[in-house]
Amino acid sequence: MQVHRLTWKASFAAAALAIVAVGASPVTAAEPASGNALIEADLWPTLQKDIFGAKVPAENASVVTIEAPPRADDAALVPVTVRIPADAAKRVTRMTLIVDKNPAPVVAEFAYGPAAGEGERVLSTRVRVDMYSNVRAVVETDDGKLHMATKFVKAAGGCSAPALKDTDAALADAGRMIVKTLETTDAAAGLRQGQLMIKHPQYSGLQLNQATGFYIPARFVREIDVKRGNDLVFKMTGGISISEDPNFRFTYAAGSDETLDVTATDTEGKVFTGRTGPKGS
Amino acid sequence: MLNIFYIEFKRLRCLPGANFACFPDDPDDPREILELPRQGPHIYLEAMSALANAGVLMTMNRRTCLAAGLALAATPILRVVPAGAAGGFAVEVAPGVFVHRGQHAVFTPANQGDISNPGFVVGRDAVAVIDTGGSPIVGRALKAAVTAVTDVPIRFVINTHMHPDHVFGNVAFAAEGLTFVGHHKMERGLLARADRYLAINKELLGAAAFEGTKILPPTMQVAATETLDLGGRTLELTAQPTAHTDNDLTVTDSATGTVFMGDLLFVEHIPTIDGSIKGWMALLDRFGQTPPARVVPGHGPAALTWADAATPLQRYLTTVATDVRALIKQGRTLAEATESAGASEKDAWQLFDEYHKRNVSAAFAELEWE
Repeated sequence: MQVHRLTWKASFAAAALAIVAVGASPVTAAEPASGNALIEADLWPTLQKDIFGAKVPAENASVVTIEAPPRADDAALVPVTVRIPADAAKRVTRMTLIVDKNPAPVVAEFAYGPAAGEGERVLSTRVRVDMYSNVRAVVETDDGKLHMATKFVKAAGGCSAPALKDTDAALADAGRMIVKTLETTDAAAGLRQGQLMIKHPQYSGLQLNQATGFYIPARFVREIDVKRGNDLVFKMTGGISISEDPNFRFTYAAGSDETLDVTATDTEGKVFTGRTGPKGS
Repeated sequence: MLNIFYIEFKRLRCLPGANFACFPDDPDDPREILELPRQGPHIYLEAMSALANAGVLMTMNRRTCLAAGLALAATPILRVVPAGAAGGFAVEVAPGVFVHRGQHAVFTPANQGDISNPGFVVGRDAVAVIDTGGSPIVGRALKAAVTAVTDVPIRFVINTHMHPDHVFGNVAFAAEGLTFVGHHKMERGLLARADRYLAINKELLGAAAFEGTKILPPTMQVAATETLDLGGRTLELTAQPTAHTDNDLTVTDSATGTVFMGDLLFVEHIPTIDGSIKGWMALLDRFGQTPPARVVPGHGPAALTWADAATPLQRYLTTVATDVRALIKQGRTLAEATESAGASEKDAWQLFDEYHKRNVSAAFAELEWE
């Protein structure tokens, strides 16, 4: 966790530097990113050390796979699905979602609880992708080993794009939450599939308000606890790379009390809660 | 108050109300009708009027048409403009209402940002330009088209919404005494996106066509409705609720009933959703209840009837919404929806591959909150 916090700090320092550069010289900022050797360099070796320390994740499709479109239709809304096969699921304790070249590369970390279930574990969400980048899921098994799946996504501008299509409606609705159990046949036996949607602008801190000349301060959903009854399904710690109106679909274990309870906290300390009805709604 | 007459048209007939209209010979020509208000007694026009009212459809050759034009020019407020004087850039879709038809394309160095339909309306005292194209080059061509047909000064540049292909020619019109007009939410939307719009346009257009591009937001904000007096005709401006974007503005010419709809209407060119699919469908239903006589779409032919312009668009939006709602109900994901929703529309639109999946993505993110 210590390492993780350092990563966040480093990420925001990088973001702050980027802001200074853009502010100082808009002409330079408009140059194609491909001209910048720093950006072109493979960030992963450094990034990996920042996030996981001495542990080196190895590509391992028997433990984790990731689905993402090769070319994003909307860089601010890139759908990503992570699958952990049934054989591996019971041994997986956490999953980290990473977009290498985003200003804040760690999209989110999911720490799994007892209600995460033991069949094929699936989690889908939507992320921002700021430039052509690898998107990775790294899972940790209970033996402390790290396993990774990677997809390259062509997308640009996800973090600085003002994704809000109707700014007034987005702000008026902030905090609204829908939690539901999905009636799908996708989930394996003994598993259910849930969906969590939170209305939140997810301000990245990289969106410039040119009318004022100031960047809109970062404000995003920081933590989400998802519980089935009293048991934790997962706890998410996330950042600005999660898309506006965070959206998660996830498998969880069937149980006697199937109510899903969700508590989300944003960076301003606002707490949002939601739950399903007894049979899902 | 007509002060322009095109001689490219070959057929002339009398319309109810004793105005004349020229019809192009080619039925596919986008210039459907050129109306000529009858200006006082003139023996030539009177004779034609009588024939036309008697049901005789006259076919005029170039010389006859020119003669009619000269006859019109004899009255002081009219003048004859030689064919192609607007540089062939804009066509007159109704008296004093001109539209340039842009290409169906994404920004490229070759098209120089000429990918939407800007236009202008000529009054006795003022000209209002409506949208300015996607680069200073298009803006300058449009300005030249205005000065080719009238000496009346340009007083207003109205933007129908914030998108670069409609506002990046604004810079060509910047001058003392000129007012930029837009929806009251346009400035916020445009400025928030300015960095990206500029960077993307520079990349797509190349340095030459991008040269001189500047963001010029509205200096006059329309919160609900406003009226601009051009002398002899007015333009009614209406700020619309969120549809194509959250800052769509419609412009209605009082003299001809022509409505500039901006990107609330896409014809042939696939629509793009950057506002609200539900809001857009509701807006089209509302307009359809009392359809305008003639509409100018943001992309497509220069002018059409409401039904011709709106029907395919309504079908597209309804199909996407219906498919997406069904997939949401089945518990399908956004990624799955982009693969199947609205696929039946593929052959009906140009640039389908460029924008359709993004539309589905936007519709999904909106409709899943229902």
